[in-house]
Amino acid sequence: MTTTLLDTPVERDPEGFFVHAEQWTEAMAREIASECGIAELTDRHWQVITYMRTTYLETGTAPSIRTLGKASGVPIKELYQLFPKGPAKLAAKIAGIPKPRGCI
Amino acid sequence: MHARIVIIGGGTAGTLTANRLHRLYGDRARITVVDRDDRHVYQPGLLFVPFGLADPKRLVRSRRAQLRPGIHFRLGEVAHIETGEDRVHLDSGDALPYDVLVLATGASLLPDETEGLTGAGWEQRVFTFYTLDGSIALRDALDSFDGGRLVVNMIDLPVKCPVAPLEFCFLADWHFRRRGMRDRVQINYVTSLDGAFTKPTCNRELSGLLAAKGIEVTTEFNTGQVDGAAGRINSWDDRQVAFDLLVTIPLHGGSQLIARSPGLGDEIGFVAVDRATLQSGAAPNVFAIGDATNVPTSKAGSVAHFEGETLVANIQRFLRGRELEASFDGHTNCFIETGFHKALLIDFNYETEPVPGVFPEPHVGPLPLLRESRLNHLGKLAFEWIYWHLLLPGHAMPGISAQMQLAGKELDATTITRSTR
Repeated sequence: MTTTLLDTPVERDPEGFFVHAEQWTEAMAREIASECGIAELTDRHWQVITYMRTTYLETGTAPSIRTLGKASGVPIKELYQLFPKGPAKLAAKIAGIPKPRGCI
Repeated sequence: MHARIVIIGGGTAGTLTANRLHRLYGDRARITVVDRDDRHVYQPGLLFVPFGLADPKRLVRSRRAQLRPGIHFRLGEVAHIETGEDRVHLDSGDALPYDVLVLATGASLLPDETEGLTGAGWEQRVFTFYTLDGSIALRDALDSFDGGRLVVNMIDLPVKCPVAPLEFCFLADWHFRRRGMRDRVQINYVTSLDGAFTKPTCNRELSGLLAAKGIEVTTEFNTGQVDGAAGRINSWDDRQVAFDLLVTIPLHGGSQLIARSPGLGDEIGFVAVDRATLQSGAAPNVFAIGDATNVPTSKAGSVAHFEGETLVANIQRFLRGRELEASFDGHTNCFIETGFHKALLIDFNYETEPVPGVFPEPHVGPLPLLRESRLNHLGKLAFEWIYWHLLLPGHAMPGISAQMQLAGKELDATTITRSTR
């Protein structure tokens, strides 16, 4: 569905994930984060967000929590502090990429 | 031409690739399969061992004996691969030069990656049925289990045969009912996913079956630590699930060999390949097939079978200097045992999720899709014969094409997703 974020129309799914990663801007990331209860995005948040977007744009797949823990430079314990509850999903939402799908 | 084709791994994918290539080239190619042992395990049988429904001895055969005469079988450990010089280096010091390399190195279980999993209680109250020894040990544990909390924990994807943990729950329910003790056993399926299965239509069907059988489901549980002494699994976000008997599906990764060969693998050691051609990004004469790859579909024997057609066609094209065909569509076909002599069948690919319908012949079947039936259970049993006599020798399945067919499926707009690339 089309919603408005910072006066810009963007396509988001019912859970709030972006449908088109290219509609995202850094300012929108801060806006989505505050919608999700994260008041401020620190450098550590940005490290994860950047890794998520880069991986998605290169491979077409969002990284899992395990891959994030191994490759983003932020250990899993800290990922849960930065993005409470579900780091892989929450970081994907803030990074403006579609909802991660487990592959079965 | 005498192309030298080296295949690392004599499991499902490596064996069927070698046999298909040999049927194509005969003596016009030198085909070598390398493996560290000569024991080929029929892995779909492991699910049945803990319930006394399969004899472990019957699941193992010689790898060499599954290869057509004329294929070279080399026993040995691979040290590393040098894609720059087209050589596979063995621990013995020998090197195998190749024109085409096929990585069929499978997936490895990594129980040590989860804190505490192989600590206190391992193989006493904590088991996995993903190895032959593990499934036998679990059979003995189930025999002496007198009730309590049985927890089945799928720690995270990717895993081999992602429906197997659910099948284990269904068969456990049946097992304890037959023994007249179901009322003394709580079964809890604990998964990192947000449902029993990733794909919505199939998730609804399976969730209904789990509920009907009284199997509890705990979702979005990312196991961070296992405490075998206390009988608890702990998640990264500080939730706990208590168990008396834990059946765990350990984290999987690619072969250690891939990690030792720079440039071939992704973060968890699976070979990075193009998902439609199966060619490695590291070198144009390197391909991968089966569980070893990072393609976004199930790690299952049916996938290796369907990939085989694309792979062999592309090896032939590569050796002739032609453009590769992007023909693998992610096709997967799985029977899901639900106990009581019944099973479900699902058939899907990268874009189309499992839906109801009939298989393999549109409107005729005879196998129903995504519905429990006795016929599907018979299909699952027949698959063991098909595996040794049709799939490993690299034959096509009568009436079943490598590409998934839309005909015969009840589709609507929500069950086909846009390709992610």
